[in-house]
Amino acid sequence: MTVTLPYDTAAKFAGYAHPEMIVSTEWVAEHLDDPGLVVAESDEDVLLYETGHVPGAVKLDWHTELNDPVTRDYVDGAGFSRLMSEKGISRDTTLVLYGDKNNWWAAYALWVCSLFGHPDLRLMDGGRAKWIAEDRPVTTEVPQRPQASYPVIDRDDKEIRAFQDQVLAHLGKPLIDVRSPGEYTGELLHMPDYPQEGALRGGHIPGAKSVPWARAAAEDATFRTRAELEAIYQGEAGLHPADDVIVYCRIGERSSHTWFVLHHLLGYPHVRNYDGSWTEWGNSVRAPITRGESP
Amino acid sequence: MTAATLNPRLQEIADDFNALDGQERLQLLLEFSQELPPLPARYAERRDLLEPVPECQSPLFLAAEVEPDATVHLFFDAPPEAPTTRGFAGILHAGLDGLNADEVLAIPAEFTSQLGLQDLVSPLRLRGMAAMLGRIKRQIRQQRS
Repeated sequence: MTVTLPYDTAAKFAGYAHPEMIVSTEWVAEHLDDPGLVVAESDEDVLLYETGHVPGAVKLDWHTELNDPVTRDYVDGAGFSRLMSEKGISRDTTLVLYGDKNNWWAAYALWVCSLFGHPDLRLMDGGRAKWIAEDRPVTTEVPQRPQASYPVIDRDDKEIRAFQDQVLAHLGKPLIDVRSPGEYTGELLHMPDYPQEGALRGGHIPGAKSVPWARAAAEDATFRTRAELEAIYQGEAGLHPADDVIVYCRIGERSSHTWFVLHHLLGYPHVRNYDGSWTEWGNSVRAPITRGESP
Repeated sequence: MTAATLNPRLQEIADDFNALDGQERLQLLLEFSQELPPLPARYAERRDLLEPVPECQSPLFLAAEVEPDATVHLFFDAPPEAPTTRGFAGILHAGLDGLNADEVLAIPAEFTSQLGLQDLVSPLRLRGMAAMLGRIKRQIRQQRS
């Protein structure tokens, strides 16, 4: 058994409901060589890791590795076991994720790893952009980690994942649409000569409130403080910590960021990410849609 | 489905990609991103002259110029933190810059699917590359009309 790595005791994190889920760039720099730690970069841009990454970090590609290559779904237990083992990640590894675009994809990867209940997952606050802005070392050298033996764990889609039929049954309960305001109102479909990609219809799920994901991020890509987050999600959007909440975006990546905020930073126990999101809903025959600025 | 005929320069690029395995293909795309030439001063100082390509998931701006003898020159601007988008621009620059306008207009829109990248890069990304080509062609047609 590996001893659990210490948590990051930064004062900002102590305010969050689950401070054990987040570490700073300083913490990562200090613990890079610790046995039992694997740092993984997960980016939207498939080439970014190759241009330079945190020393020792492995690449975790959301598109080619976390998804099933044929069916629109994530890998199954056997696939996840194979993937983690190849990356040198064991069930008792402390897995720290970071990435581009304010950690969208890192939060998405963390959410997928959570479907398999990986025990120790953490997100590096500020992601790749903050690490680079701080002039911390990067390398193009790909680490050769020894193969690990990750057990086959059944994926649990019940707790933190929502499917379309569940969202239909959820109408009337709290839904958060984290896309941009133009996507929410549906007006993006009307841009002349620029066909909206991915969905036939524009608008949002009836009753969904618009809280673009970026509201949760500060200028330097780090998460806002707990008090700031509470002001947004509880004050403005009217959520309550005991609510059963479903979040969605276009394919579930930006909403993973908000899922992380609500579930781990604010500690809401019942938050699910609808990964089908608008690319499913906006293409579904007879799925109810609301246009405009009102929920 | 038979692959559409490509002009020899693009065909050579497609052949280079298809001769490699997955990870090597990404490395080749990275090389194209590194070889994308910087903007000449007349565009670097007037970025508003470039056309945005919103279909790309990262910022990408381009301009196509047609010389009197119909030779096409292409100019791209994409940030270094968007290497995939830069790589696509690099492929288009290496494959198309210096061709004549008719040759560029004859390139099939689906050529992006002949690079063997569809398993490595998300479909939305590849559509961004097709959108770059579409906008290049439109600029060329405008300058010739």
